[in-house]
Amino acid sequence: MELHDVWFVLIAVLWTGYFFLEGFDFGIGVLTKLLARDRKERRVLINTIGPVWDGNEVWLLSAGGATFAAFPEWYATLFSGFYLPLLIILVCLIVRGVAFEYRAKRPEERWQTNWEHAIFWTSLVPAVLWGVAFGNIVRGVKIDADMEYVGNLWDLLNPYALLGGLVTLFLFTFHGAVFAALKTVGDIRGRARALAVKLGVATAVLALVFLVLTQLDNGDGWSLAALVIAAVSLVGAIGAIAAGREGWSFALSGVTIAATVTMLFLTLFPNVMPSSLNDAWNLTVTNASSSGYTLTIMTWCAGIATPLVLLYQGWTYWVFRKRIGTQHIADPH
Amino acid sequence: MDLALAPETLARWQFGITTVYHFLFVPLTISLAALTAGLQTAWVRTDNEKYLRATKFWGKLFLINIAMGVVTGIVQEFQFGMNWSDYSRFVGDVFGAPLAFEALIAFFFESTFIGLWIFGWDKLPKKIHLACIWMVSLGTILSTFFILAANSWMQHPVGYRINEERGRAELTDFLKVLTQDTALTQFFHTITAAFLVGGAFMVGISAFHLARKRHIPVMRTSLRVGLVTVVVAGMLTAVSGDTLGKVMFKQQPMKMAAAEALWEGEDGAPFSLFAVGDVAKGHNDVEISIPGVLSFLSDNTFTSHVPGINDINEQLQETYGPGDYRPNIPVAFWSFRWMIGFGMASFGLGLLGLWLTRRKFLLPPALRTGEDEVPHLVLFRNKALSPKFTRLYWITALWTMLFPLIANSWGWIFTEMGRQPWVVFGVFQTRDAVSPGVSQGEVLTSMIGFTALYAILAVIEVKLLVKYVKAGPPELTEADLNPPKRIGGHDEDDADRPMAFSY
Repeated sequence: MELHDVWFVLIAVLWTGYFFLEGFDFGIGVLTKLLARDRKERRVLINTIGPVWDGNEVWLLSAGGATFAAFPEWYATLFSGFYLPLLIILVCLIVRGVAFEYRAKRPEERWQTNWEHAIFWTSLVPAVLWGVAFGNIVRGVKIDADMEYVGNLWDLLNPYALLGGLVTLFLFTFHGAVFAALKTVGDIRGRARALAVKLGVATAVLALVFLVLTQLDNGDGWSLAALVIAAVSLVGAIGAIAAGREGWSFALSGVTIAATVTMLFLTLFPNVMPSSLNDAWNLTVTNASSSGYTLTIMTWCAGIATPLVLLYQGWTYWVFRKRIGTQHIADPH
Repeated sequence: MDLALAPETLARWQFGITTVYHFLFVPLTISLAALTAGLQTAWVRTDNEKYLRATKFWGKLFLINIAMGVVTGIVQEFQFGMNWSDYSRFVGDVFGAPLAFEALIAFFFESTFIGLWIFGWDKLPKKIHLACIWMVSLGTILSTFFILAANSWMQHPVGYRINEERGRAELTDFLKVLTQDTALTQFFHTITAAFLVGGAFMVGISAFHLARKRHIPVMRTSLRVGLVTVVVAGMLTAVSGDTLGKVMFKQQPMKMAAAEALWEGEDGAPFSLFAVGDVAKGHNDVEISIPGVLSFLSDNTFTSHVPGINDINEQLQETYGPGDYRPNIPVAFWSFRWMIGFGMASFGLGLLGLWLTRRKFLLPPALRTGEDEVPHLVLFRNKALSPKFTRLYWITALWTMLFPLIANSWGWIFTEMGRQPWVVFGVFQTRDAVSPGVSQGEVLTSMIGFTALYAILAVIEVKLLVKYVKAGPPELTEADLNPPKRIGGHDEDDADRPMAFSY
């Protein structure tokens, strides 16, 4: 396994970390309208991710930065090619971060309601768009001989990619509902479980169609194995939450996300961004990667930093391990 | 295509707007993180409640500010790929690494520990909670270091080779990229300038409350901390700026000549206080200058030769082929002056403030004040300033609070625009750096989108800051004074107690 292959794996790891962590963040954001019945419950949900959402989002910055360093051509083609969807994601992430921090900083009803609308939409939209983006990456887009994206916005909004967007939206919302059940106490916990089961079933249907299409298009034995793991763990996660085993369900929905990302990356390899115009124009781990020296340095950095990050971020979750209920939320200040 | 709307022009405007805007929050974040951590340390060590109240007050303003810094930083990470894809392709092998290091090391630190700090008041023992804000501070400083190493490589590329076959720059010596003198001096200058911003911010807001005789113990301490920070940081900013000027003079002589609008080379070159140049004809029409100072700034002697813009342009043409290698001279000239002017004005006011509020051993007993009194402002021995002048000082401190921030912005505009037409000096020009596949409409959309969004957020942020500034330090609660002894919070018997902080 050469260094650029290692980095292909590491990029997949960073995206897995991002979708696992911000996945339930986005889910919680969407659930503020689906699950919470009043402002206090909305606040319960928001506060389950309060201390951690910012750290979770850094997984995206790391995936972006690492792609820039390890696969500059991939970074350049992807972000200039998917310009407008990425712009929308960035705008959402900006508003979303500010919404979390500023929502409770004024007592006025309208102020808080506005930021709550913002949290819902800016969680929902990126949850969809990341799926659309990855659907397009896996399917291949119009890339010319100079590695430039030559399609337009409408090319990105094809049925397969849109289905991918629905899959990530439902998967993240399901993951978020399981997280909500795991982190809350009281009435909302029971409702989170019940809603999780429904969301889980919908996710299973959508994900199965999407992953089978992906497998038929581009799969091999390995990707089939990942597909099976994703499917089994998703069914397990639904079963576990139905049985009230929240911890197990959350672990399994996490496995579903990891297996899904793994499967997408397995169908990609050795490409990083295939061209739908000509196979010779594919961006691959070889023609898109950095020099051996840069990859070596990056490997040292990621090899040391990533386990440390997992350690101290894991510790954060332990510090904030207590469940939250409406009784823990002080009245508006 | 209309040049004013060419993708390169638009992309540059967008980069300028988003970066200057982002950097409005950065210096305050860097300095307030450390200053808040310092105040909290004072509380942990002395148990004096005024320090805890100060920590909570400045900490709140810090959080309102860092929220904006974090979210506007996300754009920075991605816009290289969006608007500058050819730049990314060319330099990614070198430039990407410090960015990735910044994310993997600094951003994770900062954002994880800030969550722990915000929500950890009733979850962590005192000292561990204190360690969290120091970790945030460390994160901000590491982040500054990595991003400035990346920027310094654009100012003065080292530790790389050009791979002709792949048509790109490749890293050969990462340590050199991190430790070259450009990176170290830029880091030194940026950090000290950041503390100048935080110090002046503290002074201004403390002055606001002291003028109204409110929250005196907390604001007295804060004023003192702020003034000392301004003076120390101001001095170091001047020293580091001088060092950086000399480094720049060697590495980018064009930038230094442009900073002075020095068209023809001179021995004992002067420092112009004011100049109106005729760019097309290549000379100044009006100029007021002090002889010898530019030579000193560049080379430590009052007589050495400083080459002029026209000489350097010719040299560059010989080296890199035909072309115009001059940056926008008026912008370089004025931004350099505004940077120094605003920065040093703030330093001078800080020095004055420190003298006016000097403590006992320099002050006759009659003028000494206690913890609960607004300090007398004493210019000359034995006599406090009249109420009118006292008020004038407080008002000046408040209204000049943002001077260092203005200086920071002009400093960045100077160093980035002074490097033009290069994006990587001597290696890669800005016009070759834009994304060829991105349309004018797309760049225009994102530029207008970001500008509008940023304008709205600025209004919201400033209003919030004003609200919390006016509210003053919070009263302490029972919970504040009894932090938990174990990690995770108090024992189960009060499991239903509300969280100390919740969104």
